[in-house]
Amino acid sequence: MDYIFHLTTLSSIFAILAIGLNLVMGYTGLLSVAHAAFYGIGAYASAILMRSQGMNFFVAMGLGVLLSMGVALLIGLVLSRFDGDYYALASLGFNVIVFGIMLNWEELTRGPLGIPGIGKPKLGDHTIFSNMEYFFFTLFFLIIIYLLARLITRSSFGRTLKGIREDETALQVFGYKTVYFKLAVFVIAAGMAAVAGSLYGSYITYIDPKTFIVMESIMIISMIILGGLANNRGAVIGATFFVLLPELLRFAGFPPDIAAHMRQIVYGVLLILLMMYRPQGLFGEYKL
Amino acid sequence: MSLKTKNLEKHFDGVHAVDHLSIEIKPGVITGILGPNGSGKTTLINVISGIHPIDGGEIAIGSQTFSSIKRHEVPDFDITRTFQNVRVFEQMTVMDNLLVILSSRSVLTSLRQRATPKQLDRAQEVLKKVGLWEKRNSLASKLSYGQRKLLEVGRVLAMDKKINLFDEPFAGMFPEMVKRVSGILQNLKQCGKTIVLIEHNMQLIRELCDYVIVMDAGKLLAQGEPEKVLAQKNVIEAYLGE
Repeated sequence: MDYIFHLTTLSSIFAILAIGLNLVMGYTGLLSVAHAAFYGIGAYASAILMRSQGMNFFVAMGLGVLLSMGVALLIGLVLSRFDGDYYALASLGFNVIVFGIMLNWEELTRGPLGIPGIGKPKLGDHTIFSNMEYFFFTLFFLIIIYLLARLITRSSFGRTLKGIREDETALQVFGYKTVYFKLAVFVIAAGMAAVAGSLYGSYITYIDPKTFIVMESIMIISMIILGGLANNRGAVIGATFFVLLPELLRFAGFPPDIAAHMRQIVYGVLLILLMMYRPQGLFGEYKL
Repeated sequence: MSLKTKNLEKHFDGVHAVDHLSIEIKPGVITGILGPNGSGKTTLINVISGIHPIDGGEIAIGSQTFSSIKRHEVPDFDITRTFQNVRVFEQMTVMDNLLVILSSRSVLTSLRQRATPKQLDRAQEVLKKVGLWEKRNSLASKLSYGQRKLLEVGRVLAMDKKINLFDEPFAGMFPEMVKRVSGILQNLKQCGKTIVLIEHNMQLIRELCDYVIVMDAGKLLAQGEPEKVLAQKNVIEAYLGE
């Protein structure tokens, strides 16, 4: 049972990541390969603040979210000069830079050694420690993020994001300064990723730069493509599927070390099949 | 509100799509812009609506003169338009295509706002006017080409601007749709709106336009009342060749 709570906790964390990226990619049509960078900024910021400053988890998470959103604002200003493939490449470049900083700024991040011993969140005198408690703790944040995303996507702002995705030039001619909308959604998604990062660091109690590489961004992209672009429920289902798949493969009789490799192959095959037969994903509304 | 161009220029890789063009679009009437394919009609509208930057000359709207226009500022100059190649928001519903036009342009306001009853009423009114109310929940991509053209006309109505640029709005439409859009253009004129109509169908030009401007190779070839201009030898030659 403990292991199931572990898996569902990880699923919830990845679902938060997927919901955030879905706002940028599914709703706005911007192929951002930078999401793991904001995930990492949130994780490192809260881990460093908790360890070196002894800060409370919630304060550290709040500051991590603010930092991630601030960085997203600056990077978003640069990215707003690009669109299409160039946007994807520029965002990928940003993820690589952030990874490089995590790896090489050893005084702050301890470089490849990573940061161990990250504290667990406390509610009053009670430390959230067991997997079950942490699952409900993470689920609480997932519900908040989900409802926030639903509020955003059902608002006029959400409709405008879809308009940007469909034809940004036409939307501009109707009086929209689309750069503000793209910036806003990018910053919101970065904040959501930072929440996931803080939760992850505190749950695993250890982070290192390898967790936030470009491949991680690509995996989050795969989650929302599988679950369905421009659908919040699809993002949650895609994330859950990706976290549970290795376990399913293990149950299918593959040894753990082979299951890990099989996972990559199954992800790849699934994405190819989806692109061929259901490009909008399982629950998606938007075709790439 | 009048719209003038003064020595307006637009070129692509040395080709002068609009070549020192000086014209005046009179307020409150329907002005047809004619010319063979490649004469620069759509480029002219694209320049006026900020899609292409101005390479030379000026545009005067009312009493203001501009040597550059940003796309998002176009509605501030009381201008809106349709597109020659349909540019509806394909993977959005017909209703959402209109609501996005009627929504706030402010990030903060739009974050707090869902469709207001006023916006929904206005969208309903426009969709009924263009005959797409029954299709309001369909994705725009599921509409026929003519229906998508109607949706573009609907967006212009929803924008409610003084200067309305229609780039071949009748292309791909069934006769009933043509009749409906003709009626809409005449209504707009009666409401004092300025209308620019790019069209190849001479019968429609004769029926709808008060004034025509003929372009050829980016330049002004002729202008005046439709019957007189369409009878001019140089205009006939431009369309049919020598």
